[in-house]
Amino acid sequence: MSNDVLILAEHLKGKVSDISFEMTGKGRQLAVAFGGKAVAVMLGSGAAALAATLGADSVLYVDDPALAEFNPQAYGRVLAALINDRAPRLVMVGNTSMGMDLAAGLSVTAGLPLMAYVNGLAAEGGALAATSQIYGGKIQAEAVPDGEACVVSCLAGAFPADAGRVGAGLVPALEQIASPVPLADLQIKFVRMIEPQSGDVDITQQPILVSIGRGIGGQENIELAQELAEALGTAVSASRPVTDAGWLPKTRQVGKSGLTVKPKIYLAFGISGAPEHLEGMRGAETIIAVNTDPKAPIFDVAHYGATCDMLDLLPALTEKIKA
Amino acid sequence: MNIVVPIKQIPNLTDELEINGDGTGLDHDALQYVLNEFDEHAIEEAVLAKEAAGGTVTVIGVDTTGELDGALHTALAKGADKAARITGDFPRGTDSHTQAKLLANAIRSLSPDLVLTGVQAADDRDGQIGPMIAAHLGLPYVGVVTGVAVKDGKAIVHKEYAGGLMGEFEVSLPMVVGVQAAHQPPRYAPVSKVRQIAKTAKIDEIAGDEAAGAGSTVRRMFKPEAAGHAEMWEGGPEEVAEKIAALIKEKGLLKG
Ligand SMILES: Cc1cc2nc3c(=O)[nH]c(=O)nc-3n(C[C@H](O)[C@H](O)[C@H](O)COP(=O)(O)OP(=O)(O)OC[C@H]3O[C@@H](n4cnc5c(N)ncnc54)[C@H](O)[C@@H]3O)c2cc1C
Ligand SMILES: Nc1ncnc2c1ncn2[C@@H]1O[C@H](COP(=O)(O)O)[C@@H](O)[C@H]1O
Repeated sequence: MSNDVLILAEHLKGKVSDISFEMTGKGRQLAVAFGGKAVAVMLGSGAAALAATLGADSVLYVDDPALAEFNPQAYGRVLAALINDRAPRLVMVGNTSMGMDLAAGLSVTAGLPLMAYVNGLAAEGGALAATSQIYGGKIQAEAVPDGEACVVSCLAGAFPADAGRVGAGLVPALEQIASPVPLADLQIKFVRMIEPQSGDVDITQQPILVSIGRGIGGQENIELAQELAEALGTAVSASRPVTDAGWLPKTRQVGKSGLTVKPKIYLAFGISGAPEHLEGMRGAETIIAVNTDPKAPIFDVAHYGATCDMLDLLPALTEKIKA
Repeated sequence: MNIVVPIKQIPNLTDELEINGDGTGLDHDALQYVLNEFDEHAIEEAVLAKEAAGGTVTVIGVDTTGELDGALHTALAKGADKAARITGDFPRGTDSHTQAKLLANAIRSLSPDLVLTGVQAADDRDGQIGPMIAAHLGLPYVGVVTGVAVKDGKAIVHKEYAGGLMGEFEVSLPMVVGVQAAHQPPRYAPVSKVRQIAKTAKIDEIAGDEAAGAGSTVRRMFKPEAAGHAEMWEGGPEEVAEKIAALIKEKGLLKG
């Protein structure tokens, strides 16, 4: 085993995802503590220029036409081969749409423990401790791998991104290789990208948002939120269960697989504050949360909060705004 | 077509969660269990796939709560054809790696064309079982999926990225999918129908083998010490509405 940290960098549509920089910065810090190097790995086709933006000790860029778009099977194979070859101390993968397809499978194929949903990593005297955020953000679990090597999947936004960008003092050595494993016989074939539908309103452009979660109770109550939004001259946005149920269009979804919004005021009504929701709204200037559960994690990020019933609050607030 | 859906119950997250005496796990006795919401979607997508392409749907679970039968019966009431339970001494909070191994062994014997798991369950820290089952079985896996269409031994799956962007993949079966959302909201099973099924349904028992272990150990479990907490406004809806309206006004965000 080496003392290196291997970081999987992600890119989508020609852009390196922030999680890649977040993990690279943290990975470099850990590599110092382990006495190894931080090696960022990027897979792609003709994307070496993207790889060169990663502020790791070195960047390994794997170039193959089969890696032009994310493909869980192709990525999984290449990473398994690299892990086998280089025996890193730590493998860092994002707990993202891409990383969620890879980390657990690698843990099995490479025979390494996995700590997932990680939002804290520390090297204590050279030993790793990882803190995972579980139970919808209500509980933290701090764990240590039983052996020395392991895989972690990191939550977006857990570490500062700027620490992982190429900067003045650091010009990483870029090594380009062909895929170390054959990728011609994949069972998974990328077909196409499907662009998001454009909506009636753009929730990322509103100075104030009325955002509702499962606490709205049912489709028949949506109009209570709509009336408030109308009075405020804005739109209703929502958490995932509301759009999955078809009560509001997908274009209104805030969060990990929805949109990221930064309004001046974000009204979060009946939203528990799961990590996947927070990913999309924690940058709002002022967050006001209303939730009947005083222990709801949303109150940890909100600036103001109340525990009254949103179904009573909505009409009361609409009236006050209209007055 | 043989469709298998592994399902799992997790603590109801709107309940108060208490940490156990030695501070390394939850106090499971105090908890109510509900079916993982993504499994509701996996069941729906499985039944839709069966309705479109024919076949059977088998729901299966490692019973860590002693209450799994209720969830299996509900799935049968929604259109699953068979149910199976993996038996053995697997307490609440059993790690994912152990459960994945148990499930993979059981699922192998069912020769599936399609395994639909939930994309994740918010109750454990050692990773999602879907990709682990796929790795054990040597099958391809695509997760964060919002729609599966099967045709001629292939599945077309839609995988969600951020902002509503989706990737479309064509995968030769058999495969494992991590379902994020079915392409229509999960159907509802009337309680009377679930009760009826509970009286007559047969649940196959599959004996579980050894525990694999997570490969990591929890030192400490705790409630997040938030950097900040909201300033809480007391009072009923009228008072709270008053405060919110004042703040909106103060920020100059009132129209008209
Ligand atoms: C890969 C992945 C991507 C995801 N992407 C997203 C995403 O983009 N956006 C997103 O939001 N989620 C996303 N999720 C889902 C996320 O994990 C949560 O399931 C979801 O955010 C929960 O939504 P919620 O808070 O509305 O519902 P719940 O967690 O069920 O919370 C409802 C809340 O309403 C409160 N409540 C109930 N009744 C009332 C009342 N009358 N008045 C006031 N409060 C009340 C309850 O106390 C509870 O806190 C994703 C999950 C995965 C796995
Ligand atoms: N004990 C279990 N029995 C059956 N299926 C499970 C079990 N644990 C996890 N799963 C499946 O794996 C998915 C992801 O859960 P998890 O691995 O806990 O994140 C769930 O949605 C289920 O489909």
